This record gives sequence, structure tokens and C-alpha cells, in this order.
Amino acid sequence: MMRTLLVRGMLAGLTAGLFAAVFAFVVGEPPVDTAIGLEEAGGTESHGTASHSAESHAEAPGHAAPPDHTGSSGHEAESGSAHGHDHGDDALVGRGVQSTVGLLTGVTGYAVAVGGLFAIAFAAVQGRVTTLRPRVSAALLAAGGFAVVVLVPFLKYPANPPAVGQAGTIEDRTALYFGFVALSLVAAMVAVAVGRAVADRVGAANGGLLGVGAYVTVMAVAGALLPAVDEVPDGFPGSLLWDFRLASLGTQVVLWCALGLAFAVLAERAMGPDAARGPGNARGREGPADDPVAVRQ
Amino acid sequence: MSQTHVVSVPRSTTRPGAVRIPLREIVPWAVFTTVLALLVLFFVTTEAGAVSLVSDGLVHEFVHDGRHLLAFPCH
Repeated sequence: MMRTLLVRGMLAGLTAGLFAAVFAFVVGEPPVDTAIGLEEAGGTESHGTASHSAESHAEAPGHAAPPDHTGSSGHEAESGSAHGHDHGDDALVGRGVQSTVGLLTGVTGYAVAVGGLFAIAFAAVQGRVTTLRPRVSAALLAAGGFAVVVLVPFLKYPANPPAVGQAGTIEDRTALYFGFVALSLVAAMVAVAVGRAVADRVGAANGGLLGVGAYVTVMAVAGALLPAVDEVPDGFPGSLLWDFRLASLGTQVVLWCALGLAFAVLAERAMGPDAARGPGNARGREGPADDPVAVRQ
Repeated sequence: MSQTHVVSVPRSTTRPGAVRIPLREIVPWAVFTTVLALLVLFFVTTEAGAVSLVSDGLVHEFVHDGRHLLAFPCH
């Protein structure tokens, strides 16, 4: 059963990744391209505060581009070298590849990995935290997973387009972001465990509310205490930032919706009440399984 | 909907949702999946950003747009 669920989780992830990649390409690429245009035009090189000048970029350790790469072209040296990061024709990977095959690979790779982990999480909660039927559990888990893994971290550390973010702070920003995601996951798991334990005494609704309330409280406090990251350069268009962030959040919404719905269908076939009666039967009843007439016969 | 579930109970051999996979069956798969998934996620989200294993930046640039749009710190 575990193997079946895992394979189905990754299949659901693949499906979700394809949908999300199409959304990202259609909605997300235009703001990304515009932001890269601004970055390469050099209009946003001052990066917010005067203390972060070109020297701090040049000294910044650990950034992607090796020295030979950055210095390989006069064009880059003039325009985009403050980032040490190439988007133009001289880059290791051209924009045409980045915005199509690269985007598809990145998003589907992420989605398949998340789909696998989702299947494990589903197996852990099904029959323990929730005794709802599999597809309902899967949908709720996807909604919760989106909130915990994406939405809450996004509210504190929102996505940034190219040209936003100082190269020298990438290590701090990465640590803060993943630390916040990890904290969110741990807080959510503790909240689920507490809510589940309480639900035995005061009912599922109260236990659920208590769990959600505890999680929100913990994350609100953590969000208030942890340092903010605000590295939007002076002169960076607010509407462009909004478009990018909305597209970024939208990509994740599409991904988690598709993952939850696809896995709901697949898990219902694997573990639902119809699955025990044989695969042929389950397949035939795929759609109308909750049709009251059919069920009451 | 909730009534439907209640009504459907008697028809099933087991209660819907009662399928509970034993933890000892989940754990090996969980470890396997977590390791694989973290490896993939590392390359999509972090490689050549804060930490670099393959240092020419090729992976970083290849998944560049996806990393931005999936809301990870890119550069």
C-alpha cells in the first residue's frame, strides 16, 4: 500500500507540476522578464540602502557565478556584473531555456518531490488524525500543506523577482526562509498532535480549532520576532513587484490544488471504501462514488 | 455530503477512512522518500545560492525562473 501511495503521490505531483509550470510560464514569466530587463539596464543597482554599494556586491562570497564567468564579457561587466548573475545571451543558460525547459524542470521537479512527501504525510495522518474518507483527507491535507509550507512563509518572506535582493545577504535570507518553513512545519505537526489529543475529549471541531489557533499564534509570534527582509531597490516598480509576487503565489496555489485533487482521486481508488471490492469496480465508480442514490442502494 | 458518508457506512466492509497503514510500513518509505525529495529540492531551491555543490552555476541558472516563481530566495 505504501508503494502504491508513494507512486500515486509522485504522479499527482507530476500532474500538478505541469499545470503549475504552464501557469508560471503564462503569468509569471512576463514580470520575471521585465525585472531582468531592469536588472540588466542597471537602473536598480543601488539596492535600497546606500551602505550596500557595488563594493559589497563585489566582495560578496558564495554567490553563483565564478569569477571567470562574471568577467567573461564586457557587456556583463558594464551592466549586470553587480549581481554576478547572467540572464542575457552570454549566460551559461540562455533566457529561452530558462523560461521554458528550465522552468518546467524546476517546477515539476519540485512538485514531484513535494508529491512524494505529501503521500508519506497522507499515509501518516489517514486513519490516525482523520478518519474521513481518503479523498477528503487528501484535499484537507493539501490545503493545510499549502498554508504551512507556502502561504505562511510567504507572508513573512515573500518571493522576490530578479533585481530584488542583495547578493551578499543570500546566505542569511536562505537560512531565514528555510528556518521559517521548518518552524512552520514543526509548529503544524505539534498543533495537529495537540488538536488530535484534545479532540478525543472535546470533539473534532474544537480540537481542530484549538490546533489551528495554536499554530497561528506560534507563527504570528515567530513572525513578529524574526528579522524582516526588505531589499527592494529604490525605484523598483511597485506594480511589477506585486505582479511577480501574485504570480509566484498563484503558481504555488495551482500546484497544491492540482496535487490535492489528483492525489484525492488516486488515493480514493487505492484506499477508499470501493477499493476493497476490486480495482474494476473502483474504476467504474470513479466519478459518482458519492452520488447519494448510488450509495444508498 | 456528510449524510452521504454516514449512509454509506453500512455498505462497506470497513468504515471509510479506517484504513490505517502501520507505522513500521510507513517509516522505511518515509526515509527513502525524504532523502530523495530533499536531494531534488536542494537542487531546485538552493544549489549555487547559499550553498554550492556543483559550483559552475549551471543548475542554478537552469532552474532560475522556477526558483524565483516558487518563492525561494534565488540570489
